[in-house]
Amino acid sequence: MELTDRIFYWLVAAIAPLAIGAGALAAGGPGAAFALFAWLVLGGSLVCLWERSVVRSAFALLGTFGGTAGLFLLLGSDFLAMSQILIYVGGILALILFGVMLTPPDLTERKLPRVATGLVAVGAGVAFIAAKVAMTADWVQAAELAEPKSATREIGVGFVAAEEYVIAFELAAVVLTVALVAAVYVARRRVVDLAPAPSGEQS
Amino acid sequence: MGLGAYIAVSAALFALGIVAILVRRNVLYVLMGIEMILNAANINFVAFDRFNQSASGGGGLEGRMFAIFVIILAAAEAAVALAIVLNVFHLFNSVKPSEADLLRE
Repeated sequence: MELTDRIFYWLVAAIAPLAIGAGALAAGGPGAAFALFAWLVLGGSLVCLWERSVVRSAFALLGTFGGTAGLFLLLGSDFLAMSQILIYVGGILALILFGVMLTPPDLTERKLPRVATGLVAVGAGVAFIAAKVAMTADWVQAAELAEPKSATREIGVGFVAAEEYVIAFELAAVVLTVALVAAVYVARRRVVDLAPAPSGEQS
Repeated sequence: MGLGAYIAVSAALFALGIVAILVRRNVLYVLMGIEMILNAANINFVAFDRFNQSASGGGGLEGRMFAIFVIILAAAEAAVALAIVLNVFHLFNSVKPSEADLLRE
């Protein structure tokens, strides 16, 4: 492991206790939980961006997806948190790992100056927009927040109630069917591919 | 935690996804960047939904339903994208997006 990688991972690891401590000081238990999940989300995607190996990047996304599920839980949407874990961690991450396994690794592809430039751009952009938003935005919030409660039943009813989301639900079903059939069709091996390759080139 | 904190996290995640797409020259990183961007949008949806629910019963489920549909379409997108990545690799023997340039010739 190179020195830059080592420094990067130590920095990412060192931010965790700092962030959790700051969150706990600012807002007690919920603040600490929020800091932990935010660190998981941002740390996971930072490592994904930085890491040389695609496999490790894909596994770093585990932190991003899991942290997002945690944020959903903090926001009182337990159903969404569960579907996030089921679909993202169980489905999409597995698909990405399939893609990783079926393509060759390219360990020279990461260019550190480019990554560093990108990170600086992210920092500057987020800071600028955050300052702008903090100065101008005045979010209309509910005057007094409701206690977070599980809305699984309401979501289920919303899917099938005629005056709510049943059309969108059916459309999503059709889109999923078409997309999955199309994916199978596109990804299949052609008959010509099954013949032995002349040049010994094998995918 | 207030609404602003969630929006800040989501904005940073969105920017990291964009950078992952732009900086890493590999189709798989494009896929991962898209997932990060969709996740950022979902955090925003759910956060706005949460801070729109008032104690008097106002505020509906709109944000959460949106997020669920985003998750559904992300699943479909990932399956199709994986199939396309496999085909691109098969055709061009490379996973660099810049080398899939058959139409240029």
